[in-house]
Amino acid sequence: MNSNVSITNPSVSIRDLSLSFGAVSVLQNLDLDIRDGEFLVLLGSSGCGKSTLLNCIAGLLEPTDGQIFIKEKNVTWEEPKDRGIGMVFQSYALYPQMTVEKNLSFGLRVAKVPKEEIDKRVARAAEILQIGPLLKRKPAELSGGQRQRVAIGRALVRDVDVFLFDEPLSNLDAKLRSELRVEIKRLHQSLKNTMIYVTHDQIEALTLADRIAIMKSGVIQQLDDPIHIYNRPKNLFVAGFIGSPSMNFLRGELAEEGGRVVFRTHGVNFSLDRYDAAEPLRAGRKVVLGVRPEHITVDGKTGGETHEAVVDIEEPMGADNLLWLKHAGHTLSVRIGGARRYAVGSKVELSFDMSLASLFDAETEDRI
Amino acid sequence: MADIGTLNRTAAGFDAVADRVASGPRGRRPRRALSPRNIMLYGTLFVAALYYLLPLYVMVVTSLKGMPEIRMGNIFSPPMEITFEPWVKAWAEACTGLNCDGLSRGFWNSVRILVPSVVVSIAVASVSGYSLANWRFKGSELFFSILIIGAFIPYQVMIYPVVIVLRELGVYGTLTGLVIVHTIFGMPILTLLFRNYFASLPVELFKAARIDGAGFWSIYFRIMLPMALPIFVVAMILQVTGIWNDFLFGVVFTRPDTYPMTVQLNNIVNSVQGVKEYNVNMAATLLTGAVPLIVYFVSGRLFVRGIAAGAVKG
Repeated sequence: MNSNVSITNPSVSIRDLSLSFGAVSVLQNLDLDIRDGEFLVLLGSSGCGKSTLLNCIAGLLEPTDGQIFIKEKNVTWEEPKDRGIGMVFQSYALYPQMTVEKNLSFGLRVAKVPKEEIDKRVARAAEILQIGPLLKRKPAELSGGQRQRVAIGRALVRDVDVFLFDEPLSNLDAKLRSELRVEIKRLHQSLKNTMIYVTHDQIEALTLADRIAIMKSGVIQQLDDPIHIYNRPKNLFVAGFIGSPSMNFLRGELAEEGGRVVFRTHGVNFSLDRYDAAEPLRAGRKVVLGVRPEHITVDGKTGGETHEAVVDIEEPMGADNLLWLKHAGHTLSVRIGGARRYAVGSKVELSFDMSLASLFDAETEDRI
Repeated sequence: MADIGTLNRTAAGFDAVADRVASGPRGRRPRRALSPRNIMLYGTLFVAALYYLLPLYVMVVTSLKGMPEIRMGNIFSPPMEITFEPWVKAWAEACTGLNCDGLSRGFWNSVRILVPSVVVSIAVASVSGYSLANWRFKGSELFFSILIIGAFIPYQVMIYPVVIVLRELGVYGTLTGLVIVHTIFGMPILTLLFRNYFASLPVELFKAARIDGAGFWSIYFRIMLPMALPIFVVAMILQVTGIWNDFLFGVVFTRPDTYPMTVQLNNIVNSVQGVKEYNVNMAATLLTGAVPLIVYFVSGRLFVRGIAAGAVKG
């Protein structure tokens, strides 16, 4: 993953980081540079090492090997408090016996900051997060969303360079989650701090991130901005992980037809003329074609190549309508407008937008 | 097809209810007070309560009688003439050895043993439980296991070595020596109690406090201690009753003038010379048992809450 190390003056820099618990290796030779003021999301399913990586950056876990730099200072052996970081946890981790005000000021009181300075900073954080009226309350008297706001405030008052978020919205219900997501984004836009955000929720990742690092078994699979992650996934894992409903995968091979390389599956050929390949396509190679549900058009008068399919199941979702279709031995999902309805069993014409499709090598699972 | 007219009648009012609800079971099922289940349940509870209360009743009744009345032999009959003489005698006049100032001397000895023993043992155990739960060090699990094994070794095995150790330290026979013994022997169970409680608290709290810059003692006093009150009550009750009721260490590690109340009680009740004063013996026993009883009555509810808190989360 040497391609990740290319940024000058990174805010957080991770070099060759490894961590193992006994025989279990959680992180392996991980390199990552995070720009100053960047919002980086670590995305992955549970157990992929994303929270472990965050805990290493925070100094709560000791890496087995490697280095961590924050603001170009080697903090590998530093205590958490000396790293210039603030952290927000999934379970809020508010001190239950202290009021909101005491919760916010605890770190400053431990650091023996003068009283006036503490008051000033608490007031500022309370204003930014709109928790002023709650200052005298105990955490038990707050709702989930308010608690998480206080938890963010606790990082805010400490005036840190880097914010670490460990799945901060996972304990909230869907409505609050989308509200706080917007607030975190607004916070980042106004504070312009570096933020590292761990989540397993791809919507959070896509909406918040400047760049997303998708992790699997302790290795970063792809580090890129959300548009590229979504439209040009680097390998089959990333392609399948991002997107809901997930990308359609068609297993087949490259073949020649009239002097051109086409994708062939179950005897059906798909033109690859519009596909933007990273390397020359050779006939005979076993490949997987990935197409997102919204990149297939149903009964559109595109004039290009079309394929016939039969409607199997229809899932109306309000704004969209999801069709599950049978085509040449595959089941495809296609997203169409919510107003367009199809009867089960009816025949439709599909056209594939190959400029937005992805081809992966069947062996290596890497993008071609 | 459902008749739409029937469904709509819900809104028509209560008159229609009689038409729609069939006769037969409706709403909550009635429960009989004298069901076989209730008879079994309350019967068992009654017998169990009787089993424990009857001896107490006999003791109280006997302690309020004069000796002539006791000699008549009706141990269950209430006193014909209530007298507090035996209580006064047990507290202030009964003779043990050379002293004839009753149980009061033993009571104050027990208090002097109890207070430092409880405070020191809980203080040490809570800190070691906290460090075992949150500051795992190399070998901490092994250390913990060894400590727990200590809870299973009978005390009698260790008495002689402990006597020698105390003698070498020069505290044998003093209250200090006994406090040390009580603290050490309370360690396994108390450490287990505190470790499990602290381990049940969310680890994020500890992490957040570390990021806030708090150290070992700062986290213990400012974060953990205020959250651990229920378990402190449990530990306190365990230690107060355990140490107050202790006889073995009391008789081995003290001298006659520093005997705790239990040892003195034994000396009063088991004295072989003179008349057996059952009423004084009963009063003395009740006086000795009063402290743990009061502790249970006052903090019983907290005790249950603390045990439950540990059980659910641990």
